[in-house]
Order: sequence, then C-alpha cells, then structure tokens
Amino acid sequence: MATIDHTMPGTARPGPARQANYLNASHGLLSWLTTLDHKRIGVLYLVSTLTAFFLGGVFALLVRTELLTPTQTIMGPDTYNKMFTLHGAVMVFLFIIPSIPGAIGNFVLPIMLGAKDVAFPRLNLLSWYLYIIGALWAVASIIMGGVDTGWTFYTPYSTTTNTAVISMTFGVFILGFSSILTGVNFITTVHKLRPVEMDWFKMPLLLWALYSTAVIQILATPVLGVTMLLLIAERALGIGIFDPALGGDPILYQHFFWFYSHPAVYIMILPAMGVISEIIPVFSRKHIFGYRFIAYSSVAIAIFGFLVWAHHMFTSGMSPMATMIFSALTFSVAIPSAVKVFNWLATMYGGSIQLKTPMLWAVGFIFVFGIGGLTGLFLGALTTDVHLHDTYFIVAHFHYVMMGGSVFALIGGLFYWWPKMFGRMVEERWAQIGFWLSFVGFNVTFFSQFVLGSRGMPRRYFNYLPEFQGLHQLSTYGSYVLAIGLGLSAVALLHSLFAGRPAPDNPWGAASLEWSTSSPPPTDNFSSEPVAGDPYDYNELAWDRSVQGYVRKG
Amino acid sequence: MTRLLALLASANPPTTTSGDFWMPVRGSANAAAVDWLFYFIYYISLFFFALIVGLMAYFIFRYRQRSPDELGEGPSHNTPLEITWTVIPLILVIAIFWIGFTGYMKGAISPDGAYEIQVVGAKWKWMFGYPNGYIDENLHVPVDTPVRLVITSDDVIHSLFIPAFRLKKDAVPGRYTKMWFRATQPGEYQIFCAEYCGTSHSDMLAMTIVHPPGEFEKWLENAANFLDKMSPAEAGEKLFKQRGCTQCHSIDGTRIIGPTLKGAFGHEVALTTGQKVLFDEDYTRSSILNPQAQIVAGFDPVMPTYQGRLKDREISAIIEYIKTLK
Repeated sequence: MATIDHTMPGTARPGPARQANYLNASHGLLSWLTTLDHKRIGVLYLVSTLTAFFLGGVFALLVRTELLTPTQTIMGPDTYNKMFTLHGAVMVFLFIIPSIPGAIGNFVLPIMLGAKDVAFPRLNLLSWYLYIIGALWAVASIIMGGVDTGWTFYTPYSTTTNTAVISMTFGVFILGFSSILTGVNFITTVHKLRPVEMDWFKMPLLLWALYSTAVIQILATPVLGVTMLLLIAERALGIGIFDPALGGDPILYQHFFWFYSHPAVYIMILPAMGVISEIIPVFSRKHIFGYRFIAYSSVAIAIFGFLVWAHHMFTSGMSPMATMIFSALTFSVAIPSAVKVFNWLATMYGGSIQLKTPMLWAVGFIFVFGIGGLTGLFLGALTTDVHLHDTYFIVAHFHYVMMGGSVFALIGGLFYWWPKMFGRMVEERWAQIGFWLSFVGFNVTFFSQFVLGSRGMPRRYFNYLPEFQGLHQLSTYGSYVLAIGLGLSAVALLHSLFAGRPAPDNPWGAASLEWSTSSPPPTDNFSSEPVAGDPYDYNELAWDRSVQGYVRKG
Repeated sequence: MTRLLALLASANPPTTTSGDFWMPVRGSANAAAVDWLFYFIYYISLFFFALIVGLMAYFIFRYRQRSPDELGEGPSHNTPLEITWTVIPLILVIAIFWIGFTGYMKGAISPDGAYEIQVVGAKWKWMFGYPNGYIDENLHVPVDTPVRLVITSDDVIHSLFIPAFRLKKDAVPGRYTKMWFRATQPGEYQIFCAEYCGTSHSDMLAMTIVHPPGEFEKWLENAANFLDKMSPAEAGEKLFKQRGCTQCHSIDGTRIIGPTLKGAFGHEVALTTGQKVLFDEDYTRSSILNPQAQIVAGFDPVMPTYQGRLKDREISAIIEYIKTLK
C-alpha cells in the first residue's frame, strides 16, 4: 500500500488535501440511502434524530409561550394539549431514545472495537428505515389532527378521545422494532467482533453502557409493542383490556406502560453516562478512576431499572405492600448513579483539565444530572412523592435527567466525535458561548419548575392560578435563552463543515481506537489492523504542534 | 451561584402553618410530617450538590492544563474509598425510604369512625357526596376531625390533589381509592385535578372548606335542604353549577364543549340527524337522562348521563333555571 505513511495510526496529514474516506467514497443520495456502512448509518440517524429534536423543540417553545399568561395566550386548550403531547412523544420516542445509540453508538461502537462494521450491517440499515417509517406514522398523526393524550397514552382517556391515537401508537410500535434491532446488533457486535486482546475490562466504558442499554432495549421494548397493540385493539375493535366500561382495568395499562417506559429512562441515560465516561478522562488527561465500579454500575442500573416501574403509580391506589416494595427498590438505582458521579470527580482530581467544548458539556452534565438525580430522592420517598407526583416538580426532575442529562451528554459527545465524524474542527469560541447560554437557559427554565411543583402547580395545565405566573414567565424566558444557546451550538457545528480547520487524527489526545485512524475514517475504518491497549492510558500520546493534535510517541 | 445557594439555604424547615419558599400553607396534621421529610432530603441534597459542584469547580481551577503535554497524575482506583462512597449514600437512602414508608403507612389506614365523604370525579368537575345524600361541588369538612374520602371516577382517570394537606389520590373508573386527613386550621384550601383528563383538565378545580368547630353540621343541614328553601330557579342554578353543567354549557352565549343555553329554551334546535326538535321541558329532561339520543348539530356526543344522579325534583329545578336564561 503506497499511502501507508499517511494512514499510520496517529499520523496526521498536513494541508487540506483529503484522502479517501467514508464520506467521499461514493456520491449521491442513493449511495447514502442504500449504505451498509455503520458510519453513514450513524450520520443518517444523527440527521434524522436532530430533525426530531428541532421539531420537539418547536413544540416545547409553543407550550412555554402559551404559559406566559394564566389563561389563553396564543392557542386554545385543545391545541395546547396536543402540543405538549407531541412535544413529549417526539422528544422521547423520536429523539432521545434513538439518538445516542443510533447516531453516536452506530458511528463509534465498531471503531472502538477495531472492527470494520457492526455484526449485521443490513439489519442496521433496516433499523434506520424502521425508525423513519415509525417516525412518519407518528408525524402523520399530527396531520390527522394531532394526539391529546400526553406521551403516556393513559387509558381510558386514550381509548375514548377522538384524536389520532392509533396512528401515533402504531408509530411507537414500529419505532420499538428499530430499537430492538439496534440492540441485537450491538450485543452481537460486542461479543463477536471484539479483538482477542480486548477483554471485557479493556473495553471503553461507552461500550459497557451501550451494551447494558442494548439489553434493556431487547428485553423491555417488546412489552411496549404489545401494550401499544392492545391499546390499538381496544380502540379499533372494542376489546375490553384497559377500559373499565368494557370490563378492563386502566391500572393494568399503567403497569404495562411503565414496565417499558421506566427502563426506557435508562435507555436514555445509560449511553449518556457512557459518553461522559469517555470525555472526562480525555480532557483531564488522566486514567478513568474506578473503571470496574463504573462498568458494573452500568449493568446494575440496567438490572435495577427493571424493578422500579411502579414508582410512577404511588397515588394510583396500588396496595400499600406493592407501594412499599417499589419505593425501596427505587432507591437502589440511586446508588450506582451516585457511584458514577463520584468516580468522574475522582478522575478529575489531579488531572490536567482542559475546558474545551466537549468537557464543558460534560461538566455541565454532572451539574444538571446532580440536580436531576438528587431530586429523584424526593420522588422515591413515599410521603413526599404523594405531594409532588404529577406536579411541575416531576416535570423539572425528568427534564433535568433527560434533557439536562441525556441531551447534554449527546451534545458533548457530538462536539467530541465531530472532528472524527466530519474531519473538521469546531470554532471553540462560538461553541462555548452556545454552551453557556444553553446551560443558563436550561437551569432558569427548569429550576423554576421545581418551585412551581413543590408549591402545588399540577402539570399539563392550560390555565393556572395567577399566583404561579411569575415563575411560569421566568421558565418561559429561560426556554428562549436555551433555544438561542442550542441554536448557536448548531451554527458552530454547521459552520465547521464549511470553514472549519481540518481535524487531525487525534485532536483531544484520546486513547480509544477510533482516534488511531484518520479523521474522517476510511470506509473500512482502519488501513491496518489496530492493536487495542488500555483505552484510558494517555502516557504514549504526545502533543504535536505541527498537526495540532496528539500522536503516538516513538 | 453562592447567592443562589444562600437563597435556597434560607428556606427554613417548617415551624408554622404558613407556607415557605418551597412549600404551600400547611392545613393538615399530615403536612408537617411531609415537610419535615422534604427538608431532610433537601438538606442532604444541598450538601451533596455543594460537595460535587464545589469539588468540580475546585479541580477545574486547581488542575487546569498548563501545557498540552502535561499528564494528569493520581490513582486510577481505590477500593476502600469507592466502597465508602457506595455505602454512605446507601445508608442515607435507606433512612429516607424508612421515613417516607412509615409516614405513608400512617396515611394509608384511616382511624375508626372517620367521617366519610364520597368523591366522584367526572370531566371536568368534582362531586362530594355527604352521608345524608347531599352532593356539593366543594369539599366541606369539620376541623380537627378525621375525614375519609372514598374516591372514584365516572369517565377517565382524575386525581384529587390538595396541596395544603400534601395529599393526592387518583380517581379511577371502576375502582374505589381511599385517603384520609385531619384538617388542623379552618379556612379554604385549593383542590386541583392532577391527572390529565382532557380539554378542561386545568379548570377541574374545587375548594376544601374547613369549618370551625360546630359549624360544619349547621352548614350541611342548611345546604342539604336547599330545594325546600330556595325557589326552583335558584335551586336549579345551584345544581347547574354543582353538577358540572357549566363546564360544557355556557349561559352567556359563548360556544364551549356543548351548546350554550342562553336563550335556548322554547326555540327549535337542529340535531345531527337533520331533524329539528323543540327545546322544551321534555327535551331538557331527555337530554339530561339520555344525552346521546338527540345531539345538537355541530357538537360531539360527549355528555355523560345523569340517570340516577339527579332526582326528579332536581331536574325540574334545572328546567326552571334554564327557562330564566334569556
């Protein structure tokens, strides 16, 4: 191979001349829509999930704007009810659940293993198409008049309302299969394509997180699919399963729904924790602290996550015995999450910390996830939960975990792997301003909602008592700042595609395998067989001024 | 940041019945216990949050990178330390669980002889039924008396939420859920519906009215005899408001979920079937008892039946009231 000098791991190519890579290997829309390359499928997921994020964000801003005044502001109550339903459903099912595994996982997982692709490339493309078909069904429900049930589709409301529930839930049903197939693919890939020298405890922690996530995806998602089918059957055929008027049991629906949707919270947060476990050591230039505890805590969260679903139902009239057991089990999830946070902090201790944009988002993640996690304690405890349940306190709590947690990690991960994905460096200044606006806007938006909730403001309210107006307005103004911050971050990323400095192979000095190939990688990922070492050992990497990146010593 | 923390720390634990920065007014014996746990968790959270963010900020400053070749130094694991920060949170969450659990069990079993009130939620109205058969749109209770609520729903799931009592229970169709409380302060306290139930979910409000000693019985006797004491039209107006009619039928001509009743009586209305019918006493009565039979054109068949919920005399009173809506 004549170009071996240019593709040796850690060797950067000076100048703008680009070699063959997965982006320029073939051209045209069709080459993308029929691609089997995991990197291209990752980019397809990235574009589609970020489009869903934008759509869900528009719904969120409309909801917040409506809440500027205690009565009607810009829309009527039925439109408002559809807006918050679409916001929730789009954000959860079309954005957060598929985003990190689909976009970052697809792109990074095989390269981190030193593999050429995932185990089943065709299945991988199929899961993206299922995502698109499911998303189209869900979006079709908007054209068919919208859905007004809330993203939880609680019966018997969802079986009696005259909105497009069947279209939306059928979309969710299909999206579930997309999620399952991604899980199957990742588990097989980690088992079968892991190089011999990489044992389980030499895997980057993101892989532990994605693996644990995949287990939940495979085991929990079928329950959601069945539940959605039963709901559709009840609505369309009048079979009594959940509706008491037909002899059904509405609480049964809640059990079924949360049996999936609580583990789904961990589908959303576990990959995020994996991303943070990659970013923190690299930007601290220090080995991750407590590797095994972090790895095991991912598995523990995946297991405990299955046993706590009924904590969404403490006021539903469940037996006191069940209520007690689910409260106790709920607290078990707090421990592995706390362990991770302490380990990240200990990684930073004694480090050589550089606050580049990915690290800013990671540090921001610890801040907001800290609040999100700690406020979970109020909700696991029974008497305080009874007061706070179904108020804005819950809304604030899960936005701190899902938006502040998962989305902060996704954006941090995006800035971190962006040079690898597209071969361009992002302008730090604008990206950092984008972070700070997002961070401040986020906290103003959602912290005020904790206070609203503990003072008794119920969620999903179109009208509200005048005493809550001040905090609602504060929250709405915060959401505008957040939107500007996220918009600025998007501009910084897009700007780099056209005007960004070409990225070196290893701009951050990371030791996992994806940074030993070129940026962007060739179609087959590596030009020579990579050798996996400790993914958190940075001793062999030295800063090279000429390429503005890190290269292997010697 | 420090100012924010100081502000949060200034929110004191409960000592009085008035509310504070986080919590609304305390109106029941249960509220103080809930608030105690709330602030217990709050200070634990504040401590750990300050610890995490404080250390993080200190590390970012203290260990900031001076040259890109600089490497971090320090241990990559320390088992005793890691076990410590696993076990300490474990002990704390067990304590939190236990306090929450024991408090919940106290609230789960109502004392013998508690005063029982039947609660029905329906789109979008609460109905509170007293032992003598009287139904009111607000929850009236005597002070310092254990009151037990037996809650159900006529249609979808609702949730009865009284922030001042720190209590909430779902109203589930086809089931009865229970909760009890002892109000400690006479006064009026807000009731919300906390489980999303459609168009007017946020208007499904009511008040808890806690009567001073001796006054509840007088109020109940007086209220229950309203059909004898008021003119039929006045009694009809009271029923119209109490039984949720106002949620869907305006009396000022505006169109909401159902047709307005302003000036409706005595005129012909067009039905969805294309027929016309005279809005008279018989049509009013049949629309109340069998609402799906004759739907006014342009409206959805969503009205629940009032069969068994209104007595003949009450229906007559409502008809008299509708006649006055000119």
